[in-house]
Amino acid sequence: MKILSRVHAKNLVEWARERPEALVLSADLTSSTEIDLFRDAYPDRFLSMGIAEQNMLSFAGGIAREGFLPLVHTFAVFIYRRAYDQIAMSVAYPNLPVKMFGFLPGITTPGGATHQALEDISVMRSLPNMTVLETGDATDVLTVLDAAVSIPGPVYVRMLRGEIPELFDEKNPLLPGKARVISRGTDITLLSSGICTEEAMRASRALAACGVSIEHLHITTLKPFDDPETIASIAKADRGVITMENHTITGGLGTIVAETIAERGLGRKLVRLGLRDTFAHGASLPYLKKEYGLDAMSLVKAVESILEASFDITEKDLADIYLAPVHSEAKAEAL
Amino acid sequence: METDNLKWRDAVTRSARGIRRRVLEHTVKNNGGYLSQACSSAEIFSTLYLKVLNLGPVDGPIKPPKFPGVPGAGNKSYKTGAEFHGEKAPDRDRLYLSPSQYSLVLYAALIEAGRMDEAGLDEFNRDGGVVEMIGAEHSPGMEIMTGSLGQGISQAAGIAMGRKLKGEQGRTVVFLSDGEFQIGQTWEAFQAMAWHGLSNILVYADINGYQCDGKMLSVMNIEPLHSRLEAFGMRVFRIDGHDIDSLAECGAKPADGRPTVVLCDTDPCRGMEFLRPRGPKYHYVRFTSPEERALYEKAILEI
Repeated sequence: MKILSRVHAKNLVEWARERPEALVLSADLTSSTEIDLFRDAYPDRFLSMGIAEQNMLSFAGGIAREGFLPLVHTFAVFIYRRAYDQIAMSVAYPNLPVKMFGFLPGITTPGGATHQALEDISVMRSLPNMTVLETGDATDVLTVLDAAVSIPGPVYVRMLRGEIPELFDEKNPLLPGKARVISRGTDITLLSSGICTEEAMRASRALAACGVSIEHLHITTLKPFDDPETIASIAKADRGVITMENHTITGGLGTIVAETIAERGLGRKLVRLGLRDTFAHGASLPYLKKEYGLDAMSLVKAVESILEASFDITEKDLADIYLAPVHSEAKAEAL
Repeated sequence: METDNLKWRDAVTRSARGIRRRVLEHTVKNNGGYLSQACSSAEIFSTLYLKVLNLGPVDGPIKPPKFPGVPGAGNKSYKTGAEFHGEKAPDRDRLYLSPSQYSLVLYAALIEAGRMDEAGLDEFNRDGGVVEMIGAEHSPGMEIMTGSLGQGISQAAGIAMGRKLKGEQGRTVVFLSDGEFQIGQTWEAFQAMAWHGLSNILVYADINGYQCDGKMLSVMNIEPLHSRLEAFGMRVFRIDGHDIDSLAECGAKPADGRPTVVLCDTDPCRGMEFLRPRGPKYHYVRFTSPEERALYEKAILEI
């Protein structure tokens, strides 16, 4: 598997070259959110806002009204938890093109409860006018800028950084409202998002070897959730649907799919993998994945329960994934 | 020149009286209203509209439209209340009302400035209209979402930053209330305004000393405001907020590299002495008896 480093940092400089209206807003996490190269390349378009997120979000709304394209960068928690009223009234209500890039989604940080955005999708998708996107690999990160800007109003993006695997070919950009098809199958429809997709791919490979037919889709647009191909895939799942998300199952992908199944009368069994109404704590990603049931083995068990079968798949059978080191040159700090 | 001076003073004084009268009339008619805000800020609004601000002209008083719906991809006919301030231009000023609890005063001021149709005030708080009690960006004279206190100054700072980047010469003027100095976001905004050198911002703050719960000094102290703001990098003037010469003078000073804040000390009962016994609860006046209402009604004639 190809691993790419500091994808957003390098890409943003190129991407913004011909877009003079693009401004980057930082809240003292410039290296940590990979906007340091942008700052160096376009100092006049880099607005340092300090550790003051409420002002930053209202300020972004104001500057968007003057025809600029504010790209707000900070950790995901500090966007939606600290500045929710500001996002709601200064950005979402007036439907302004403020693009918010939330880093360290879910358990991707050992920074613990204060740094882990576990309910951001739930909160942000309940805001009218808001679009919610999530990236799961280097190609998603590389192409999510175009996707976010192609949507007229405010967009919240769950962003990845540092060393990121490339799961999808660079020639296939993230397209708003369109899932990425990883495998076709008939027994189970598996919908995964963000970093869960890589984990799910390992499990689905092992399960396929056991004869389970899985249709695996990678979801990048969480709101609006109306991709006809995704809905058709849910509708035709012979034995059931599984969702897998780096987020609480309350209000995230699992809930979105449950609403879709219920409202469209699709009548499919649904198993939701994700954090189950709990906060998390500071630890390594592999440890947290296992603890909260977001690892490949948890998915294997979910499939076994739906099919009422046992495949004797062991950890060894689940192919190695790439684990980014906690201390790496690609990251500004160990967070 | 002397005649000009007399003229604007006359106009501003007349407008301030008109604001108080209209808000009082409205309060009597509707058995409630934001009266003390009119008392404290009538001179500020009048001086802003008739002397300080360089706004685009309007083709006569505008009749408030029907509620255009909320903004969104599906709403093609949406518009804000910006038209009451005339056409935007790089060298024109903008005015943003941060505490939209002052909306009734703003509407009265727009009427006095010849920008809103007199009958528009009858639409106040009426279902399906835009002349809302706590106005939103579709309300006359408004174009951003304020009233969730503290957000107005930050949005205006973003607008001023954008205008600075575009090289526009017009100022971004914000009407602020003293209660907002209790909010963290307000200080975040001042900090950012100084850091980004937004000398194109001019803030008029109505320091009437009262908030929803009563006297500010019984709720949360904000003083010493002058030195606090100066320490944050503002150019600060502290004036009598009913003195129209001082109000006008502060609005005519050339920028000096810092954002400007004019602290206007005001009286929440100014021009309506009969209001004073209600203290310290001035935030919203609702009559407790027909006798009290009759007393206020009689007072309309005296303004």
